[in-house]
Amino acid sequence: MIRTALLVAGKDLRIERRSRVLLWQVLPFGVTGLLLCGLALGPTHAGHSSAAPGLFYLVMLLVALLMINRSQVIEGSVGTKTSVATLGLDPAGVFLGKSLALAVELWLTGIVLLAGSVLFLHTALSGTLIALPSVVVTLGALAAAGSLYGALTGGGQGPATLLPMLSLPAFAPLLIAGERSFSAALHHGSIWRWWVISLVALVAYLAVGILLYGVLEES
Amino acid sequence: MVELRDAVVLIGGFPLLSGVNLELTAGSLTVVTGANGAGKTSLLRLLGGLVSLSSGHGVVSGIDLKTGDLRELRRRVGWLGHEGSFYDDLSVTENLTFAAKALARPIEGIDTVLDRVGLSSRAATTAKQLSAGQRRRLGLAWLLLRRPETWLLDEPYASLDDDGRAFFDELIGDVVSAGATVVVSAHDPLRSETLAPRTLTLAGGLVVSDDA
Repeated sequence: MIRTALLVAGKDLRIERRSRVLLWQVLPFGVTGLLLCGLALGPTHAGHSSAAPGLFYLVMLLVALLMINRSQVIEGSVGTKTSVATLGLDPAGVFLGKSLALAVELWLTGIVLLAGSVLFLHTALSGTLIALPSVVVTLGALAAAGSLYGALTGGGQGPATLLPMLSLPAFAPLLIAGERSFSAALHHGSIWRWWVISLVALVAYLAVGILLYGVLEES
Repeated sequence: MVELRDAVVLIGGFPLLSGVNLELTAGSLTVVTGANGAGKTSLLRLLGGLVSLSSGHGVVSGIDLKTGDLRELRRRVGWLGHEGSFYDDLSVTENLTFAAKALARPIEGIDTVLDRVGLSSRAATTAKQLSAGQRRRLGLAWLLLRRPETWLLDEPYASLDDDGRAFFDELIGDVVSAGATVVVSAHDPLRSETLAPRTLTLAGGLVVSDDA
Protein backbone atom coordinates (compact mmCIF):
# COMPACT_ATOMS: atom_id res chain seq x y z
CA MET A 1 0.00 0.00 0.00
CA ILE A 2 2.77 2.44 0.95
CA ARG A 3 4.75 1.54 -2.20
CA THR A 4 1.70 2.26 -4.37
CA ALA A 5 1.04 5.49 -2.46
CA LEU A 6 4.58 6.78 -3.08
CA LEU A 7 4.40 5.73 -6.73
CA VAL A 8 1.09 7.53 -7.34
CA ALA A 9 2.12 10.62 -5.34
CA GLY A 10 5.40 10.84 -7.27
CA LYS A 11 3.55 10.54 -10.57
CA ASP A 12 0.97 13.21 -9.67
CA LEU A 13 3.62 15.66 -8.43
CA ARG A 14 5.79 15.08 -11.49
CA ILE A 15 2.82 15.82 -13.76
CA GLU A 16 2.03 18.99 -11.79
CA ARG A 17 5.64 20.15 -11.92
CA ARG A 18 5.72 19.64 -15.67
CA SER A 19 2.32 21.13 -16.50
CA ARG A 20 2.87 24.13 -14.15
CA VAL A 21 -0.89 24.49 -13.62
CA LEU A 22 -0.30 25.03 -9.89
CA LEU A 23 2.35 27.69 -10.46
CA TRP A 24 0.73 29.70 -13.24
CA GLN A 25 -2.98 29.19 -12.64
CA VAL A 26 -3.86 28.13 -9.11
CA LEU A 27 -1.37 30.21 -7.12
CA PRO A 28 -2.15 33.51 -8.94
CA PHE A 29 -5.85 32.80 -8.41
CA GLY A 30 -5.30 32.33 -4.66
CA VAL A 31 -3.10 35.40 -4.28
CA THR A 32 -5.59 37.50 -6.23
CA GLY A 33 -8.38 36.19 -4.00
CA LEU A 34 -6.50 37.23 -0.86
CA LEU A 35 -5.68 40.63 -2.36
CA LEU A 36 -9.36 41.20 -3.12
CA CYS A 37 -10.27 40.18 0.44
CA GLY A 38 -7.78 42.75 1.75
CA LEU A 39 -9.26 45.41 -0.52
CA ALA A 40 -12.79 44.47 0.56
CA LEU A 41 -11.87 44.89 4.22
CA GLY A 42 -10.25 48.26 3.49
CA PRO A 43 -6.96 49.63 4.80
CA THR A 44 -8.45 50.76 8.13
CA HIS A 45 -9.91 47.43 9.14
CA ALA A 46 -7.57 44.90 7.57
CA GLY A 47 -5.03 44.84 10.38
CA HIS A 48 -7.65 44.65 13.11
CA SER A 49 -10.31 42.48 11.56
CA SER A 50 -11.13 39.11 13.12
CA ALA A 51 -12.21 38.00 9.64
CA ALA A 52 -8.64 37.45 8.37
CA PRO A 53 -8.30 33.75 9.40
CA GLY A 54 -11.72 32.96 7.93
CA LEU A 55 -10.87 34.75 4.69
CA PHE A 56 -7.58 32.85 4.48
CA TYR A 57 -9.40 29.52 4.78
CA LEU A 58 -12.13 30.63 2.38
CA VAL A 59 -9.52 31.34 -0.29
CA MET A 60 -7.73 28.07 0.57
CA LEU A 61 -11.01 26.21 0.09
CA LEU A 62 -11.56 27.73 -3.36
CA VAL A 63 -7.98 26.87 -4.30
CA ALA A 64 -8.43 23.35 -2.90
CA LEU A 65 -11.53 22.80 -5.04
CA LEU A 66 -9.50 23.65 -8.16
CA MET A 67 -6.70 21.32 -7.07
CA ILE A 68 -9.03 18.44 -6.22
CA ASN A 69 -10.62 18.68 -9.66
CA ARG A 70 -7.18 18.87 -11.25
CA SER A 71 -6.00 15.85 -9.24
CA GLN A 72 -8.77 13.78 -10.83
CA VAL A 73 -8.43 15.27 -14.33
CA ILE A 74 -4.76 14.28 -14.60
CA GLU A 75 -5.85 10.65 -14.57
CA GLY A 76 -6.57 11.40 -18.21
CA SER A 77 -8.88 9.86 -20.77
CA VAL A 78 -11.10 6.83 -20.40
CA GLY A 79 -8.36 4.86 -22.18
CA THR A 80 -5.77 5.89 -19.59
CA LYS A 81 -8.09 5.04 -16.71
CA THR A 82 -8.83 1.68 -18.28
CA SER A 83 -5.18 0.97 -18.92
CA VAL A 84 -4.16 1.95 -15.39
CA ALA A 85 -7.02 -0.17 -14.01
CA THR A 86 -5.34 -3.19 -15.63
CA LEU A 87 -2.20 -2.52 -13.56
CA GLY A 88 -4.19 -3.73 -10.54
CA LEU A 89 -2.96 -0.98 -8.21
CA ASP A 90 -4.09 -1.25 -4.59
CA PRO A 91 -6.96 1.30 -4.30
CA ALA A 92 -6.00 2.19 -0.73
CA GLY A 93 -2.51 3.01 -1.96
CA VAL A 94 -3.90 5.06 -4.84
CA PHE A 95 -6.06 7.04 -2.39
CA LEU A 96 -3.13 7.66 -0.06
CA GLY A 97 -0.90 8.66 -2.98
CA LYS A 98 -3.39 11.11 -4.43
CA SER A 99 -4.05 12.54 -0.96
CA LEU A 100 -0.32 12.93 -0.30
CA ALA A 101 0.28 14.70 -3.62
CA LEU A 102 -2.72 16.97 -3.03
CA ALA A 103 -1.53 17.69 0.51
CA VAL A 104 1.95 18.68 -0.72
CA GLU A 105 0.38 21.03 -3.28
CA LEU A 106 -1.93 22.52 -0.64
CA TRP A 107 0.94 22.97 1.82
CA LEU A 108 3.01 24.81 -0.75
CA THR A 109 0.05 27.00 -1.67
CA GLY A 110 -0.78 27.48 2.01
CA ILE A 111 2.71 28.84 2.73
CA VAL A 112 2.37 31.37 -0.10
CA LEU A 113 -1.12 32.38 1.01
CA LEU A 114 -0.05 32.69 4.65
CA ALA A 115 2.59 35.14 3.49
CA GLY A 116 -0.15 36.78 1.45
CA SER A 117 -2.37 37.10 4.51
CA VAL A 118 0.46 38.88 6.34
CA LEU A 119 0.83 41.24 3.37
CA PHE A 120 -2.77 41.83 2.34
CA LEU A 121 -4.78 41.11 5.51
CA HIS A 122 -2.07 42.40 7.86
CA THR A 123 -2.15 39.38 10.18
CA ALA A 124 0.63 39.41 12.77
CA LEU A 125 3.68 37.47 11.58
CA SER A 126 4.29 35.82 14.98
CA GLY A 127 0.67 34.65 15.27
CA THR A 128 0.73 33.42 11.67
CA LEU A 129 3.83 31.33 12.38
CA ILE A 130 2.24 29.88 15.53
CA ALA A 131 -0.78 28.88 13.41
CA LEU A 132 1.43 26.97 10.96
CA PRO A 133 1.11 23.47 12.58
CA SER A 134 -2.67 23.71 12.63
CA VAL A 135 -2.70 24.93 9.02
CA VAL A 136 -0.55 21.93 8.00
CA VAL A 137 -2.89 19.43 9.68
CA THR A 138 -6.08 21.16 8.46
CA LEU A 139 -4.85 21.24 4.85
CA GLY A 140 -3.80 17.59 5.16
CA ALA A 141 -7.33 16.71 6.24
CA LEU A 142 -8.71 18.83 3.39
CA ALA A 143 -6.53 16.84 0.96
CA ALA A 144 -7.75 13.48 2.30
CA ALA A 145 -11.41 14.54 2.21
CA GLY A 146 -10.88 16.14 -1.20
CA SER A 147 -9.40 12.97 -2.73
CA LEU A 148 -12.35 10.99 -1.43
CA TYR A 149 -14.98 13.42 -2.66
CA GLY A 150 -13.13 13.99 -5.93
CA ALA A 151 -13.50 10.29 -6.74
CA LEU A 152 -17.10 10.33 -5.47
CA THR A 153 -18.13 13.18 -7.75
CA GLY A 154 -17.06 11.58 -10.98
CA GLY A 155 -13.33 11.94 -11.14
CA GLY A 156 -13.26 15.39 -12.69
CA GLN A 157 -15.87 14.46 -15.29
CA GLY A 158 -18.98 15.18 -13.23
CA PRO A 159 -20.82 18.50 -13.10
CA ALA A 160 -18.49 21.32 -11.99
CA THR A 161 -20.70 22.35 -9.07
CA LEU A 162 -21.16 18.83 -7.69
CA LEU A 163 -17.88 18.73 -5.77
CA PRO A 164 -18.36 21.96 -3.77
CA MET A 165 -22.02 21.13 -3.05
CA LEU A 166 -21.40 17.56 -1.97
CA SER A 167 -18.19 18.13 -0.04
CA LEU A 168 -19.47 21.06 2.02
CA PRO A 169 -20.49 18.91 5.03
CA ALA A 170 -17.00 17.33 5.03
CA PHE A 171 -15.11 20.60 4.56
CA ALA A 172 -17.16 22.80 6.94
CA PRO A 173 -15.80 21.30 10.21
CA LEU A 174 -12.26 21.61 8.84
CA LEU A 175 -12.77 25.26 7.95
CA ILE A 176 -14.25 26.02 11.37
CA ALA A 177 -11.47 24.20 13.24
CA GLY A 178 -8.78 25.80 11.06
CA GLU A 179 -10.23 29.29 11.43
CA ARG A 180 -10.60 28.90 15.22
CA SER A 181 -7.02 27.74 15.72
CA PHE A 182 -5.67 30.49 13.41
CA SER A 183 -7.68 33.08 15.36
CA ALA A 184 -6.44 31.65 18.66
CA ALA A 185 -2.84 31.89 17.41
CA LEU A 186 -3.33 35.53 16.41
CA HIS A 187 -4.90 36.42 19.74
CA HIS A 188 -2.48 34.46 21.94
CA GLY A 189 -5.01 31.75 22.80
CA SER A 190 -4.50 28.01 22.81
CA ILE A 191 -4.54 26.51 19.34
CA TRP A 192 -4.42 22.91 20.50
CA ARG A 193 -8.13 22.26 21.12
CA TRP A 194 -9.00 23.07 17.51
CA TRP A 195 -5.79 21.52 16.23
CA VAL A 196 -6.88 18.19 17.74
CA ILE A 197 -10.22 18.43 15.91
CA SER A 198 -8.39 18.84 12.61
CA LEU A 199 -6.11 15.93 13.50
CA VAL A 200 -9.06 13.66 14.33
CA ALA A 201 -10.71 14.67 11.05
CA LEU A 202 -7.49 13.87 9.17
CA VAL A 203 -7.30 10.38 10.69
CA ALA A 204 -11.03 9.79 10.08
CA TYR A 205 -10.91 10.83 6.41
CA LEU A 206 -7.79 8.75 5.81
CA ALA A 207 -9.45 5.71 7.36
CA VAL A 208 -12.66 6.17 5.36
CA GLY A 209 -10.68 6.72 2.17
CA ILE A 210 -8.55 3.60 2.67
CA LEU A 211 -11.70 1.55 3.21
CA LEU A 212 -13.95 3.04 0.52
CA TYR A 213 -11.76 4.32 -2.34
CA GLY A 214 -11.81 0.93 -4.08
CA VAL A 215 -15.61 0.87 -3.97
CA LEU A 216 -15.77 4.40 -5.43
CA GLU A 217 -13.37 3.45 -8.22
CA GLU A 218 -15.44 0.40 -9.12
CA SER A 219 -18.65 2.42 -9.22
CA MET B 1 -8.52 -19.09 -22.71
CA VAL B 2 -11.86 -17.28 -22.98
CA GLU B 3 -15.33 -18.75 -22.67
CA LEU B 4 -18.62 -16.85 -22.77
CA ARG B 5 -22.08 -18.39 -22.74
CA ASP B 6 -25.19 -16.22 -23.18
CA ALA B 7 -23.19 -13.28 -21.83
CA VAL B 8 -25.35 -10.22 -21.19
CA VAL B 9 -24.05 -6.81 -20.10
CA LEU B 10 -26.57 -4.20 -19.02
CA ILE B 11 -25.64 -0.62 -18.16
CA GLY B 12 -28.50 1.36 -16.65
CA GLY B 13 -30.91 -1.27 -17.94
CA PHE B 14 -29.66 -0.82 -21.52
CA PRO B 15 -28.20 -3.98 -23.09
CA LEU B 16 -24.67 -3.50 -24.45
CA LEU B 17 -24.24 -7.23 -25.03
CA SER B 18 -27.37 -9.33 -25.47
CA GLY B 19 -26.26 -12.94 -25.18
CA VAL B 20 -22.80 -13.51 -26.63
CA ASN B 21 -21.40 -17.04 -27.00
CA LEU B 22 -17.68 -17.29 -27.59
CA GLU B 23 -14.69 -19.58 -27.09
CA LEU B 24 -11.12 -18.44 -27.66
CA THR B 25 -8.03 -20.54 -27.11
CA ALA B 26 -4.56 -19.47 -26.03
CA GLY B 27 -2.37 -18.41 -28.94
CA SER B 28 -5.28 -17.19 -31.03
CA LEU B 29 -6.07 -13.93 -32.79
CA THR B 30 -9.68 -12.77 -33.07
CA VAL B 31 -10.91 -9.62 -34.76
CA VAL B 32 -14.27 -8.26 -33.63
CA THR B 33 -15.94 -6.07 -36.23
CA GLY B 34 -19.20 -4.20 -36.43
CA ALA B 35 -20.74 -0.76 -36.77
CA ASN B 36 -20.58 1.92 -34.07
CA GLY B 37 -22.56 0.79 -31.03
CA ALA B 38 -22.50 -2.87 -32.08
CA GLY B 39 -20.87 -3.83 -28.77
CA LYS B 40 -17.22 -4.27 -29.80
CA THR B 41 -15.70 -2.20 -26.98
CA SER B 42 -18.22 -3.59 -24.49
CA LEU B 43 -17.12 -7.12 -25.36
CA LEU B 44 -13.47 -6.19 -24.85
CA ARG B 45 -14.27 -4.48 -21.55
CA LEU B 46 -16.17 -7.56 -20.40
CA LEU B 47 -13.20 -9.79 -21.24
CA GLY B 48 -10.94 -7.44 -19.28
CA GLY B 49 -13.10 -7.47 -16.16
CA LEU B 50 -13.80 -3.78 -16.68
CA VAL B 51 -17.60 -4.16 -16.76
CA SER B 52 -19.70 -6.66 -14.84
CA LEU B 53 -21.41 -9.62 -16.41
CA SER B 54 -25.14 -9.06 -15.82
CA SER B 55 -26.23 -12.60 -16.69
CA GLY B 56 -24.88 -15.67 -18.40
CA HIS B 57 -21.54 -17.34 -17.80
CA GLY B 58 -17.99 -16.29 -18.53
CA VAL B 59 -14.43 -17.38 -17.75
CA VAL B 60 -11.30 -15.47 -18.82
CA SER B 61 -7.79 -16.67 -17.92
CA GLY B 62 -9.33 -19.09 -15.45
CA ILE B 63 -11.28 -16.40 -13.60
CA ASP B 64 -15.07 -16.54 -13.45
CA LEU B 65 -16.52 -13.19 -14.56
CA LYS B 66 -19.37 -13.42 -12.05
CA THR B 67 -17.79 -14.87 -8.94
CA GLY B 68 -14.04 -14.44 -9.50
CA ASP B 69 -11.64 -11.67 -8.49
CA LEU B 70 -11.97 -9.11 -11.31
CA ARG B 71 -9.03 -7.11 -9.95
CA GLU B 72 -6.82 -10.18 -10.45
CA LEU B 73 -8.28 -10.65 -13.94
CA ARG B 74 -7.33 -7.06 -14.82
CA ARG B 75 -3.74 -7.81 -13.89
CA ARG B 76 -3.74 -10.64 -16.44
CA VAL B 77 -5.07 -8.62 -19.37
CA GLY B 78 -3.54 -5.75 -21.28
CA TRP B 79 -5.66 -2.94 -22.71
CA LEU B 80 -4.79 -0.64 -25.57
CA GLY B 81 -7.43 1.99 -26.32
CA HIS B 82 -7.54 4.07 -29.49
CA GLU B 83 -7.73 7.28 -27.44
CA GLY B 84 -4.43 6.74 -25.62
CA SER B 85 -3.55 4.64 -22.65
CA PHE B 86 -1.03 6.63 -20.64
CA TYR B 87 -0.28 9.98 -18.98
CA ASP B 88 0.14 12.79 -21.52
CA ASP B 89 2.37 14.95 -19.30
CA LEU B 90 4.85 12.17 -18.54
CA SER B 91 7.65 11.25 -20.91
CA VAL B 92 7.74 7.92 -22.75
CA THR B 93 10.26 6.54 -20.23
CA GLU B 94 8.37 7.92 -17.23
CA ASN B 95 5.14 6.30 -18.41
CA LEU B 96 6.85 2.94 -18.77
CA THR B 97 8.68 3.33 -15.47
CA PHE B 98 5.35 3.99 -13.74
CA ALA B 99 3.87 0.82 -15.26
CA ALA B 100 6.95 -1.26 -14.44
CA LYS B 101 7.04 -0.12 -10.82
CA ALA B 102 3.30 -0.65 -10.43
CA LEU B 103 3.79 -4.23 -11.58
CA ALA B 104 7.01 -4.69 -9.59
CA ARG B 105 8.87 -5.40 -12.83
CA PRO B 106 12.55 -4.44 -13.31
CA ILE B 107 12.85 -1.10 -15.09
CA GLU B 108 15.92 -2.38 -16.96
CA GLY B 109 13.55 -3.96 -19.48
CA ILE B 110 12.31 -0.57 -20.63
CA ASP B 111 15.16 0.08 -23.06
CA THR B 112 14.62 -3.28 -24.74
CA VAL B 113 10.91 -2.62 -25.12
CA LEU B 114 11.53 0.87 -26.53
CA ASP B 115 13.91 -0.65 -29.10
CA ARG B 116 11.27 -3.22 -30.02
CA VAL B 117 8.61 -0.59 -30.75
CA GLY B 118 11.04 1.88 -32.32
CA LEU B 119 10.69 4.65 -29.75
CA SER B 120 14.23 4.74 -28.36
CA SER B 121 14.90 8.14 -29.91
CA ARG B 122 11.72 9.58 -28.31
CA ALA B 123 12.36 8.24 -24.80
CA ALA B 124 12.46 11.71 -23.20
CA THR B 125 9.52 13.11 -25.18
CA THR B 126 6.23 13.67 -23.36
CA ALA B 127 3.39 11.47 -24.58
CA LYS B 128 1.33 14.44 -25.74
CA GLN B 129 4.11 15.44 -28.15
CA LEU B 130 4.02 12.08 -29.95
CA SER B 131 2.21 11.50 -33.24
CA ALA B 132 -0.83 9.22 -33.34
CA GLY B 133 1.26 6.31 -34.59
CA GLN B 134 3.95 6.86 -31.95
CA ARG B 135 1.29 7.05 -29.22
CA ARG B 136 0.01 3.68 -30.38
CA ARG B 137 3.56 2.32 -30.23
CA LEU B 138 3.89 3.64 -26.67
CA GLY B 139 0.69 1.79 -25.80
CA LEU B 140 2.23 -1.36 -27.25
CA ALA B 141 5.43 -0.79 -25.28
CA TRP B 142 3.31 -0.56 -22.11
CA LEU B 143 1.78 -3.95 -23.00
CA LEU B 144 5.10 -5.55 -23.96
CA LEU B 145 6.50 -4.52 -20.60
CA ARG B 146 3.57 -6.21 -18.90
CA ARG B 147 3.42 -9.36 -21.04
CA PRO B 148 -0.26 -10.06 -20.28
CA GLU B 149 -1.96 -13.38 -21.00
CA THR B 150 -4.77 -11.67 -22.90
CA TRP B 151 -4.33 -8.63 -25.15
CA LEU B 152 -7.40 -6.47 -25.72
CA LEU B 153 -6.78 -3.94 -28.49
CA ASP B 154 -9.60 -1.45 -29.08
CA GLU B 155 -9.37 -0.19 -32.67
CA PRO B 156 -5.56 -0.18 -32.71
CA TYR B 157 -5.38 0.46 -36.47
CA ALA B 158 -7.33 3.72 -36.37
CA SER B 159 -5.34 6.59 -37.97
CA LEU B 160 -2.29 4.40 -38.66
CA ASP B 161 -0.41 4.57 -41.97
CA ASP B 162 0.67 1.45 -43.90
CA ASP B 163 4.00 1.20 -42.07
CA GLY B 164 2.24 1.46 -38.74
CA ARG B 165 -0.26 -1.24 -39.71
CA ALA B 166 2.54 -3.54 -40.88
CA PHE B 167 4.41 -2.99 -37.62
CA PHE B 168 1.28 -3.81 -35.62
CA ASP B 169 0.64 -6.94 -37.69
CA GLU B 170 4.19 -8.17 -37.14
CA LEU B 171 4.07 -7.56 -33.41
CA ILE B 172 0.65 -9.14 -32.99
CA GLY B 173 1.88 -12.15 -34.93
CA ASP B 174 4.83 -12.53 -32.55
CA VAL B 175 2.62 -12.20 -29.49
CA VAL B 176 0.14 -14.80 -30.77
CA SER B 177 3.00 -17.16 -31.60
CA ALA B 178 4.21 -16.77 -28.03
CA GLY B 179 0.86 -18.09 -26.78
CA ALA B 180 -1.11 -14.97 -25.89
CA THR B 181 -4.81 -14.59 -26.66
CA VAL B 182 -5.30 -11.43 -28.72
CA VAL B 183 -8.68 -9.81 -29.35
CA VAL B 184 -8.78 -6.80 -31.67
CA SER B 185 -11.79 -4.60 -32.32
CA ALA B 186 -12.00 -2.91 -35.72
CA HIS B 187 -14.65 -1.31 -37.91
CA ASP B 188 -13.71 -3.48 -40.87
CA PRO B 189 -12.30 -7.00 -41.30
CA LEU B 190 -8.52 -7.08 -40.97
CA ARG B 191 -6.63 -6.67 -44.26
CA SER B 192 -3.34 -8.29 -43.42
CA GLU B 193 -0.80 -10.12 -45.51
CA THR B 194 0.72 -11.90 -42.54
CA LEU B 195 -2.18 -12.63 -40.18
CA ALA B 196 -5.19 -14.87 -40.66
CA PRO B 197 -7.45 -14.06 -37.75
CA ARG B 198 -10.83 -15.42 -36.82
CA THR B 199 -13.41 -12.68 -37.49
CA LEU B 200 -16.53 -12.12 -35.40
CA THR B 201 -19.13 -9.60 -36.50
CA LEU B 202 -21.32 -7.97 -33.86
CA ALA B 203 -24.61 -6.15 -34.34
CA GLY B 204 -26.88 -4.95 -31.57
CA GLY B 205 -24.79 -6.68 -28.92
CA LEU B 206 -25.04 -10.09 -30.61
CA VAL B 207 -22.58 -12.15 -32.66
CA VAL B 208 -24.18 -12.23 -36.12
CA SER B 209 -21.35 -13.98 -37.95
CA ASP B 210 -18.32 -16.04 -37.01
CA ASP B 211 -15.90 -17.29 -39.63
CA ALA B 212 -14.27 -19.84 -37.29
